[in-house]
Amino acid sequence: MTEPLLQLRNLRVTFPGPRGPVQVVHGVSFDLGRERLGIVGESGSGKSLTGRSLLRLLKHPAKVETDRLIFDGIDLNALSEKQMRNIRGARISMVMQDPKFSLNPVMTIGTQIAEALRVHENLPRTEVKTRVRAMLDQVRIDDPDRVMKLYPHEVSGGMGQRVMIAMMLIPQPDVLIADEPTSALDVSVQAQVLDLIDTMIVGNGMALILISHDLELVARYCDRVLVMHRGRVVEELEAGQLHAATHPYTKGLLAAVPRMDETRKVLPVMDRDMEYDQ
Amino acid sequence: MSALSPFPDSERAPRLVSGLGTVGRFVLVTAMTFLGLLTITFFIGRIVPIDPVVAVVGDRASQEVYDATFRQMGLDKPLITQFALYVRDVLTGNFGMSLSTGRPVVEDLVRFFPATFEMATFGIVIGVVLGVPMGVIAAAKAGSWIDQLIRVLGLLGYAVPAFWMGLVGLAVFYAGLGWVAGPGRLDIFYDGLVPTVTGILTLDALLAGDMQIFLNALSHLILPSSILGFFSLAYIARMTRSFMLDQLDQEFVTTARVKGVSERAVIWKHAFYPIRVQLVTVIGLSYAVLLEGSVMIEIVFSWPGIGNYLTTALLTADMNAVLGATILIGTVFIVINRTSDVLYRILDPRSR
Repeated sequence: MTEPLLQLRNLRVTFPGPRGPVQVVHGVSFDLGRERLGIVGESGSGKSLTGRSLLRLLKHPAKVETDRLIFDGIDLNALSEKQMRNIRGARISMVMQDPKFSLNPVMTIGTQIAEALRVHENLPRTEVKTRVRAMLDQVRIDDPDRVMKLYPHEVSGGMGQRVMIAMMLIPQPDVLIADEPTSALDVSVQAQVLDLIDTMIVGNGMALILISHDLELVARYCDRVLVMHRGRVVEELEAGQLHAATHPYTKGLLAAVPRMDETRKVLPVMDRDMEYDQ
Repeated sequence: MSALSPFPDSERAPRLVSGLGTVGRFVLVTAMTFLGLLTITFFIGRIVPIDPVVAVVGDRASQEVYDATFRQMGLDKPLITQFALYVRDVLTGNFGMSLSTGRPVVEDLVRFFPATFEMATFGIVIGVVLGVPMGVIAAAKAGSWIDQLIRVLGLLGYAVPAFWMGLVGLAVFYAGLGWVAGPGRLDIFYDGLVPTVTGILTLDALLAGDMQIFLNALSHLILPSSILGFFSLAYIARMTRSFMLDQLDQEFVTTARVKGVSERAVIWKHAFYPIRVQLVTVIGLSYAVLLEGSVMIEIVFSWPGIGNYLTTALLTADMNAVLGATILIGTVFIVINRTSDVLYRILDPRSR
């Protein structure tokens, strides 16, 4: 078997608390090939922290430790901050939750997308502009020349998220982390954005880590699913095998999904503090 | 565009004011604010328990003289007419005579205000040029020794009284080290050698091409304006620091890091750009406060500025001078506020 694209072993994240350090991620491990991996879990399960740890984005006072963090043969833990910047964006990128907050409010969309390209490649101005226009075209934005001159507050949420995707994919990375990319969007545009991510990932032969709290959505857009609870991976499943889940927490999550032919009066509520034995 | 922006190319050319409607509204709002200022000064002039007639003729004048002056000053007319006359006087630059200097108030203001303007402008430049980078660095390195140092400096700016700074500054840098000139705006033997054009001595000396006088005026100016600069620096650095801490927590700053942008560009381009609007407010207010004239500094440095003038006028119940100076200071505030409003529109695409 070939070496996986990304190997993560025993990720631990700790924050200082008023009564000593609080560990919030307890030894998460996984391998990622050129595939679509979903990470699901409820709020506070550590799925976003896991995503951000891969890019070494967490700053003091968070303490991040891993036994092994290898990407494409590079030991990310051994890199200096400057070397890490060459990985960020160019090799591993991330789409965040809400374009209202994740796009710079005082920079035009064109400038922001161009910047993502310019920090990694030294290209002439006209070439940058051509690439930005082509990228906006790829994320199905009509009239790219007009949109490039707009500010983020002048576009809709769905369009903002497509701009975000364009910005993160323009340097042609190998891995895209999508951290709840649709939870801030209207239901009607959620599918559009996810279809777009899917097309781009598959089309460019990239790897995707889709972080979400929505089981069905992850099952639809991923090949493999990790279920996280309280900072641990409690179950790993093929996306098609969700119904065959064995772990009580996963079963609990699935049972809480409402159905069309519903006869239940009250949906079951998860006991969030329950500890499951590994 | 902005002198502070290290990345001038990434901004779009500002759409300054679009259409006559915006200009019209701008002028109207400014005029209304000014009218409000005049209303307030007018009523202060009526409410203050100083008989304006006695102030002019003295308390030993006969009843006939008193009555004649009373009518001459228009005090027998209805209040609304008096107000109209007052507005007309102000608009034509007639603030009456100053009792203490014996000159028209307008002439006094023209003499005294440039001195304050010169000192305040130097002060605010020092405050901005040092204070803004200090605040940014303190926020970027929050919690480090350099952050602590900057915070202590800022605290000193709040805690130490101005006159004490002035006296110690004079004792150390003038009397002790001899690095700067003493109180006053010029050494006595240079006085009156340069024709007054703007009233700003350094500028007048440059216009006359006299470097010797320019350097002398500068060496008189540097200490008091540095002290004023230190006070505004303390405030500006503190505010910049807290604005920056806010921005560095924002999601779009993380986005910039995800893109692989260098930490310097993250701080100066992504986090600093949006706070320029807030800084305009802070800097504008600090500048306005300095332009009001720091009485303490002006007295310690024998600086013939507006603060000094206004205080003297108050103490001698020289109402014409007080109202004239108040209107001038009020106008300065209005001008600075309106300028800030225009700058907002240029700096923040969301307010256009």
